[in-house]
Amino acid sequence: MKIVVCVKQVPGTTEVKMNPETNTLIREGIPNVVNPFDLYAVEEALRLKERFGGTVTALCMGPPSAAEQLKEVISLGVDEAFLISNRAFAGADTLATAYTLSKAVEKVGDVDLVLCGKQAIDGDTAQVGPELAENLGWAHLTYVRKINDVTDGKLVAERMTDEGYERVELQLPALLTVVKEINEPRMPSLKGMMRAKKAEIPVWGPEDLGVEADRIGLNGSPTQVWKTFVPEHRVEGEIFTGEVSEQVKALVQRLIEKKIVSV
Amino acid sequence: MGIRVLSDKCVGCKVCVSACPFGAITVVERKAVIGDACTLCGSCVPSCKFQAIELTRSEKVNTDLASYQGVWVFAEQREGRLAEVVLELLGEGRKLADTLGQELVAVLLGHDVAGLAGELIAYGADRVFLAEHPDLRHFLEDSYTQVLTDLIREHKPNIVLIGATAAGRSLAPRVAARVRTGLTADCTGLAIDPATLNLQQTRPAFGGNLMATILCPNHRPQMATVRPKVFKALARDDARQGEVVRVDLAKAVFDLKARILEVIKLQEGPSVNLQEANIIVSGGRGLCDPKNFKLVEDLAAVLGGAVGASRAAVDAGWVSYPHQVGQTGKTVGPKVYFACGIHGAIQHLAGMQSSDIIIAINKNPEAPIFKVATFGLVGDALEILPALTEEFKKAIG
Ligand SMILES: Cc1cc2nc3c(=O)[nH]c(=O)nc-3n(C[C@H](O)[C@H](O)[C@H](O)COP(=O)(O)OP(=O)(O)OC[C@H]3O[C@@H](n4cnc5c(N)ncnc54)[C@H](O)[C@@H]3O)c2cc1C
Ligand SMILES: Nc1ncnc2c1ncn2[C@@H]1O[C@H](COP(=O)(O)O)[C@@H](O)[C@H]1O
Repeated sequence: MKIVVCVKQVPGTTEVKMNPETNTLIREGIPNVVNPFDLYAVEEALRLKERFGGTVTALCMGPPSAAEQLKEVISLGVDEAFLISNRAFAGADTLATAYTLSKAVEKVGDVDLVLCGKQAIDGDTAQVGPELAENLGWAHLTYVRKINDVTDGKLVAERMTDEGYERVELQLPALLTVVKEINEPRMPSLKGMMRAKKAEIPVWGPEDLGVEADRIGLNGSPTQVWKTFVPEHRVEGEIFTGEVSEQVKALVQRLIEKKIVSV
Repeated sequence: MGIRVLSDKCVGCKVCVSACPFGAITVVERKAVIGDACTLCGSCVPSCKFQAIELTRSEKVNTDLASYQGVWVFAEQREGRLAEVVLELLGEGRKLADTLGQELVAVLLGHDVAGLAGELIAYGADRVFLAEHPDLRHFLEDSYTQVLTDLIREHKPNIVLIGATAAGRSLAPRVAARVRTGLTADCTGLAIDPATLNLQQTRPAFGGNLMATILCPNHRPQMATVRPKVFKALARDDARQGEVVRVDLAKAVFDLKARILEVIKLQEGPSVNLQEANIIVSGGRGLCDPKNFKLVEDLAAVLGGAVGASRAAVDAGWVSYPHQVGQTGKTVGPKVYFACGIHGAIQHLAGMQSSDIIIAINKNPEAPIFKVATFGLVGDALEILPALTEEFKKAIG
């Protein structure tokens, strides 16, 4: 089986902080990491390879520094990795990203399965996976929590729904986005780290992929950020202090007044 | 294509430096310089009072924009019941449609679902496209994308709104990619720009620390997904009139690359039914210990409410993921929301801010949760919770 995993470089923090004076994100000292959900996709690809044989290729579109994240997934056991990087790709929204990645998947060639994370923690859109599948003309499933089997050009997987889950059979080639319930990602092996250290990450630009110039980067992105602002939260609340018993009585009284609690 | 600073206009005021979420702008010799960290996001452009930053893209308008008319809502149904978010989208869609002077259309796909059309009209739709076919009985990306894109191509809507449910978040990008238009995920605000009539789509970015308003000026339809419980449904009005248009699928052939083998519903107890609860009592890391979570459950039980949690409490394994409220959990909007030992991180606020009354219990008076609280109790939740449970028991009798 030839598997591609899409991994994204994201700022490595769960607590993105704002500088209250300038209203900007504090980025200093925040290292970049592999999007956490993508590590589950990498792990699942490695497990499929162990079960059914084949190869695992990682793709990332991002700045030159994202080569580090590709090296990290090589240390986990990914066979080869390509960085899609060029100023012409900058400013891409999910549509342009998905189109670009689809050309890269085609360049890898003869791919049976693409795995993505459920979403990227910086944008949280969860759109690139399904849009990539559409560009490839393949079937896709989102929120996959288990891959049951792969036989005869078909795959059976379980996807989460709002009410539970479904078992679905898909024709290959296909694309899945995975949730963290699917597995427990491994740690890098010593051998893997050695291999990662030496690995050269080839960089693909627009010519390598044969992309249409007006479908990549800023020009290929229908959505435009018009403005950004810091959300305001203040409401005129009533704060009780003092003895617990008094606070509690005061609150219940207010809720009775507001007819939330009926006596 | 690209970004540049017009140095004759730039006065070196540094406003753009703070507007850049990526810290890519510096001022050198009183002129702004845009560095390599720039992602061409465009945040700096409107911040400049001197029009000194120019972001150029090939403004290729690829469709005849004015021919796209109407606001559409995807009427997601499961086993013949409309998803709650559909009614909320109709409520918001009604406002957008009225502002634009265009019609509000619900698009209903399924099998044996004609009975729902009247409900969609009662909640605000002027027109319902009803597409019934055995292959549409259950949601599948292949068949649903095909029907929805065919309808979009034929009728050219201006705006398409889809609930950010599990199904909606899978369908919407597939459709957007097929019609090659933009899609904004998880919007929390929608408005029409009076000057251009474009849809302003506001959504959280960077974990909710920043809000971004997104436009899709040169492509139609303008598509957005919206999380449940963000907008309010209109009151049901069965006297409302509307038209039901049956979509002819007699000859439809679906290229189904997927087949559902089994549907498993997990029974959620009333304590996890967060989206329908009137009262939610949520606990966070401030409860200090898994056994103290019982205090939250006790209060919820007395009030007949559901139990929620912050991500920290879920990550610590004190309570399961279906209870998580916030950006990566559920969005809720109950009458009363209790936040017990919850700090009020922006990602948590993103999921509960629209609650009518917010009650914060926290021992740190500086905790940001107090900024959104209608009522705040400053003190130890481990003492306050049992006392509150007792007091409510007395009050309710
Ligand atoms: C992309 C992203 C998505 C996220 N999604 C979510 C999400 O969906 N939901 C979510 O909740 N979080 C989410 N988070 C995490 C969020 O940033 C916070 O880490 C989390 O909400 C903190 O939970 P907490 O308030 O319970 O814990 P803490 O931050 O540890 O706060 C505990 C609070 O309890 C108070 N306290 C301590 N002891 C007591 C006591 N005895 N009595 C009373 N008060 C006490 C403390 O003063 C403090 O305010 C997300 C983060 C990121 C980056
Ligand atoms: N620039 C990128 N390079 C590689 N993979 C990506 C990129 N952007 C998104 N993805 C993949 O798509 C998934 C969803 O991303 P998003 O739609 O941005 O939330 C991620 O988990 C990745 O697997």
